[in-house]
Amino acid sequence: MLKILNLQAGYGNLKVLKNVSMHVARGEIVTIIGANGAGKTTLLSTIAGLLKATAGEIRFEDRNIAALAAQKIPALGCVLVPEGRQIFADLSVEENLILGGHVLRRNGRRELARQLDHQYALFPILNERRHQFAGTLSGGEQQMLAMGRALMSKPSLIMMDEPSTGLAPLIVQDIFNVIVRMRDEGKTVLLVEQNAKAALQVADRGYVLETGKVVLQGRARELLEDVEVKRAYLGKDYGDFYDGRE
Amino acid sequence: MKKMLPFVLLLVVVVAIQLLTAWTDTRYYLTQMTMSAYYALLIIGLCVVMGYAGQISIGHAGFFAIGGYLSAALTTRNLIAYKDTALVRVLDATGLIVAGEDIYGEALMAVTPWAACILAVLTAAVIALILGIPVLKLKGHYLAMATLGFGIIIYRIVLASAYFGEADGISEVPAFQLLPGLAVSGDFGARVSNYYIAWGLLLFGMLLMKNLIDSRVGRALRSIHGSEEAAESVGVDTARFKLQVFVISAVFAAVAGVFLTHYNGGIGPSEASVMKSVRYVAIVAVGGMAHLWGALFMGIALNFLSLRGVFGSYDDAVFGVILIVIMLFAPNGILSLDWRAYRRRLFPRGRAAETAGEGNR
Repeated sequence: MLKILNLQAGYGNLKVLKNVSMHVARGEIVTIIGANGAGKTTLLSTIAGLLKATAGEIRFEDRNIAALAAQKIPALGCVLVPEGRQIFADLSVEENLILGGHVLRRNGRRELARQLDHQYALFPILNERRHQFAGTLSGGEQQMLAMGRALMSKPSLIMMDEPSTGLAPLIVQDIFNVIVRMRDEGKTVLLVEQNAKAALQVADRGYVLETGKVVLQGRARELLEDVEVKRAYLGKDYGDFYDGRE
Repeated sequence: MKKMLPFVLLLVVVVAIQLLTAWTDTRYYLTQMTMSAYYALLIIGLCVVMGYAGQISIGHAGFFAIGGYLSAALTTRNLIAYKDTALVRVLDATGLIVAGEDIYGEALMAVTPWAACILAVLTAAVIALILGIPVLKLKGHYLAMATLGFGIIIYRIVLASAYFGEADGISEVPAFQLLPGLAVSGDFGARVSNYYIAWGLLLFGMLLMKNLIDSRVGRALRSIHGSEEAAESVGVDTARFKLQVFVISAVFAAVAGVFLTHYNGGIGPSEASVMKSVRYVAIVAVGGMAHLWGALFMGIALNFLSLRGVFGSYDDAVFGVILIVIMLFAPNGILSLDWRAYRRRLFPRGRAAETAGEGNR
């Protein structure tokens, strides 16, 4: 569904992504983990078109989207839930959702209403707060709104950038439950996370990004058990793996 | 129907003001009310650009001047000398030229006001389009600087070119015959009808803008104001929407310029000056940025006071001070001020209760 070949991107002279290649198959949850500054957000921004690739290909459903403007990409079925949620604080919850369905204009009002109902069913809290300004929501509610907004355009691939940032552990659990539910409803999810453990627990596969390169990839369960991953990203002391030899 | 209520109310007020001036024999107020309405037309256009799309323009006096100056020049500049050129012949044949006499009895050929109006407004729209494509890529104060530069260029052009009358501007602009029996002109006899023309135009413009911001476009604009990046990531074509409203607002400004110029019978370079642009920005800010009715109300009130000469020679200074004070104390406009919070700060209840208690003892 999504194939990335030798992708390079960065800011000005700073090269952040150095030859990243990866793929996401339909119906998978794929997670990208890595330390701060590894290029995770840059990767998602480049796929979403907010940042232009300097080299390489991004193939979404067999179409190279690397040169496409950001606002054209959601209509293809690939949508980003940006880092820090980026909801429209001065707009009501419902208006935020309707904006998410901006690309549905050709499908008419009825489709828009149906999608609205669908998101309200998925996130009942948004229904309760539909006329409230989005800026007055709690962090967890804002994250749900950002996800609902992204789902409004009926994407086939939904990319999430650090959905757990700044949320209480219980809320994080809710968010991850929704991610699994989205997958069960047939969506494909590309998940970038600091919280490597939580991400690997829900994901099917994972990529480990380090200073702009994929250094490790595999089944999520295997990555969870991987010694290097444990040491670097899961917060286990290297001593735990010390086998007694000098 | 509920949406129409404010419009009906405003219409009632407009008629009431006219009747009141007729009754109290103070019809001269209608002159300033008419001029204020035209300025307010520009201001509601600017309000949508600034308040809803979040783009600051300090160049709207430039668009006003393009409209006003072009229609003034086209309807007054004598084309007799070019009578035999192909262009003038074509214009004449299509009925876009009127022949007549100027005040000295000389033969005069000039473009009809209708044709001049359409040409002036189209020119403003095209310039806004050409200017907008590169300039709207800028953000915040860079955008403000670029539009400021545009305003200065227009000001300097009208000030320096003989065609636009240099420092004298253009006078003797003829009446604009909208319909048979209905003309935009400064004749005293036409004062009442012109008052209604101006307010009719303003109400119509307001209706258009209200519809625009309550539509899908309006929601998209407000999303741009919130976060351009997030707007793009839900598929809003931010560049196109920004350009659209910029051009629409330039058209509003140009139409205001055309009508006011015909009403005044002339236009001078001060209409293109930077202080005029600053004044418009100040008025939109006082009205509350994203508040069309506030912008309309403030546009009428402040322009009316200014035109009545209430601010005297401090006119420009007053608008500068207004802008500073609003930015410091009420960045969301005076309608959004939390008066109760101010009262609490000025007269803390705790101390009031204390002194009251002492008095009892």
